[in-house]
Amino acid sequence: MNETVLPNSLRSGPDSRGRFGEFGGRFVAETLMPLVLAVEQAYEAAKADPSFQKELDYYLKDYVGRPSPLWFAERLTKALGGAKIYFKRDELNHTGAHKINSCMGQILLAKRMGKTRIIAETGAGQHGVATATVCALFGLPCTVYMGATDVARQSPNVFRMKLLGAEVKPVTSGAGTLKDAMNDALRDWVANVEDTFYIIGTVAGPHPYPMMVRDFQSVIGEESKVQMREAEGRLPDVAVACIGGGSNAMGLFHPYLDDTAVRLIGVEAAGHGVDTHEHAASLSRGRPGVLHGNRTYLLQNEDGQIQEAHSISAGLDYPGIGPEHSWLHDIGRVEYASVTDTEALEAFQLCTRTEGIIPALEPAHAIAHVAKIAPTMDKDQIILMNLCGRGDKDIFTVAAALGVSL
Amino acid sequence: MSRIAARFAALKAEGRGALIPFLAAWDPDSNTSMELLRGLPAAGADLIEIGCPFTDPMADGPTVQLASIRALKAGASMAHTLAMVREFRREDDTTPIILMGYLNPIDSYGIERFTTDAAASGVDGLIVVDLPSEEADLLLPYATARGLDVIRLVAPTTDTDRLPLVLDGSSGFVYYVSITGVTGKTTASAAQLAEAIPKIRQATNLPIAIGFGVRTPAQAAEAARQADAAVVGSALLDTLTSTLDEHGRATNTTVRSVLDHVRTLADAVRTARASV
Repeated sequence: MNETVLPNSLRSGPDSRGRFGEFGGRFVAETLMPLVLAVEQAYEAAKADPSFQKELDYYLKDYVGRPSPLWFAERLTKALGGAKIYFKRDELNHTGAHKINSCMGQILLAKRMGKTRIIAETGAGQHGVATATVCALFGLPCTVYMGATDVARQSPNVFRMKLLGAEVKPVTSGAGTLKDAMNDALRDWVANVEDTFYIIGTVAGPHPYPMMVRDFQSVIGEESKVQMREAEGRLPDVAVACIGGGSNAMGLFHPYLDDTAVRLIGVEAAGHGVDTHEHAASLSRGRPGVLHGNRTYLLQNEDGQIQEAHSISAGLDYPGIGPEHSWLHDIGRVEYASVTDTEALEAFQLCTRTEGIIPALEPAHAIAHVAKIAPTMDKDQIILMNLCGRGDKDIFTVAAALGVSL
Repeated sequence: MSRIAARFAALKAEGRGALIPFLAAWDPDSNTSMELLRGLPAAGADLIEIGCPFTDPMADGPTVQLASIRALKAGASMAHTLAMVREFRREDDTTPIILMGYLNPIDSYGIERFTTDAAASGVDGLIVVDLPSEEADLLLPYATARGLDVIRLVAPTTDTDRLPLVLDGSSGFVYYVSITGVTGKTTASAAQLAEAIPKIRQATNLPIAIGFGVRTPAQAAEAARQADAAVVGSALLDTLTSTLDEHGRATNTTVRSVLDHVRTLADAVRTARASV
């Protein structure tokens, strides 16, 4: 996090209005606007305060377990027969995913602001678990909004959150997935403006959230640069990450944005296929609009009504994407690909058998894309992939998809 | 003078406040919704707020969310909402119509084209819930050029330092969101309103309407006493919902029940200042 940002750098966004090009901004009701401004002010002050970073570093090292290892996936590399594949192992963080990097930063900020109650939205439950975890650690009450559909398909995480002392509120509006959970979390926030801090799980929402969550997640990319240089003496040729809202990808990509020799590839969920009506590929099949506080690419109909996303992975099941990704897409710095449910399931099994690592279904999408490109690359080329979550939570979903009854 | 300014001037001369009912366009279907709209002025609506249905109404409670869902299921769209207003204007050229909604359907229609079509259809004002002052320049120049009032929300969280920014470029009236919360939930007390309204009065000459959590005739009367208008939405939608059949369709009591409810509110608002 100490690299100097050069003028004309791709890393200097957002502007003072919270925009990355035309994307981002602060599209919230007036009731929330003063709060959003207060969060921005508090975050800017915290960023300038060395004691804040010191405190965050302490918790990241001794509680979360950072730095996460860089792993040379040798058997997967051999199986695919092309480029060398490295995993950035953020699934080894405490709570099993990258989400806690940002939760830790945000709860320290909430404490600085004197907030006494935490709310969050969650899709797969990873962000809910991470939020419930830091709330338990700091003794703050926590309410997590989770779509009723996701509550049903992610029951282990629901139980984890409850064990951690969080109240899990199932959301039945819409399709009962991440989008609806975010609506209800925003409704809670507007009704409890005095004491409540909203810990958003991804690089979306009103400014400063996309920037703030990105900054907290950038530890992934920063560490990986040091580790790649140690392991290979150079940066990778390609960096790959899966994308729902896009926080793990933003965290990996951001430190590489000005290293233009490094190809960056974000992998969206294609569900049953991007040419069907059931996918979550906001960039390849959506168009710009405004939802949840920011302008970004959205799945929407011709009348501007938001459409339901679909993915086998609850964490990618969102009809929008972080605004910085929309900008990086439009300027062409990051390439965006997509992977279907079926391809992700195959990659899930491939990784498990070759590396002894059960990945979450979210990074299984990234693995599936790696499996497509690695064989087309030279053996001395390097792919770095963010393995952003572990798959224990998904074994029931995978069993059902494979026709196995547990 | 715009229809909104003319109506508030006339009410001021009468010495009474306004009732502004809120209904969602095409809720529960196109014909019932049109019949309701036509019947509102005679039932005592001084101005009318039409909700533009949206899949993700972040500032609305369950009642308005369900109204949006019913309307969208019935096939509601921005173009249909504007067509309703054109139809209404064939018979009524004085009752102001305000569209209330979220930015994305407007953005998707095209902001410039939307303001042109809305003005041509007889719309008088716009309330865009998720367009705070910081983003208002997306809409303001187009709306102003076409004579549409952009009505701004002021909330309990809007402090006096922020008020000038929020009021900058606002016209028609000021909409005071009386509670921190979503529509249709809790209600502000008379004492809370008595503290909040004078602060806004000091900052603007525009009429002030109070909405969010105004449910009963007594609350509407209180709002009309302390400010210039009462907006009632969720309570009317609850009445509408109670008349629907098990499939969410209108019945022969739907229009009558809602308009009767509007009459009760209008009576309370009209006699509010006399009964202090």
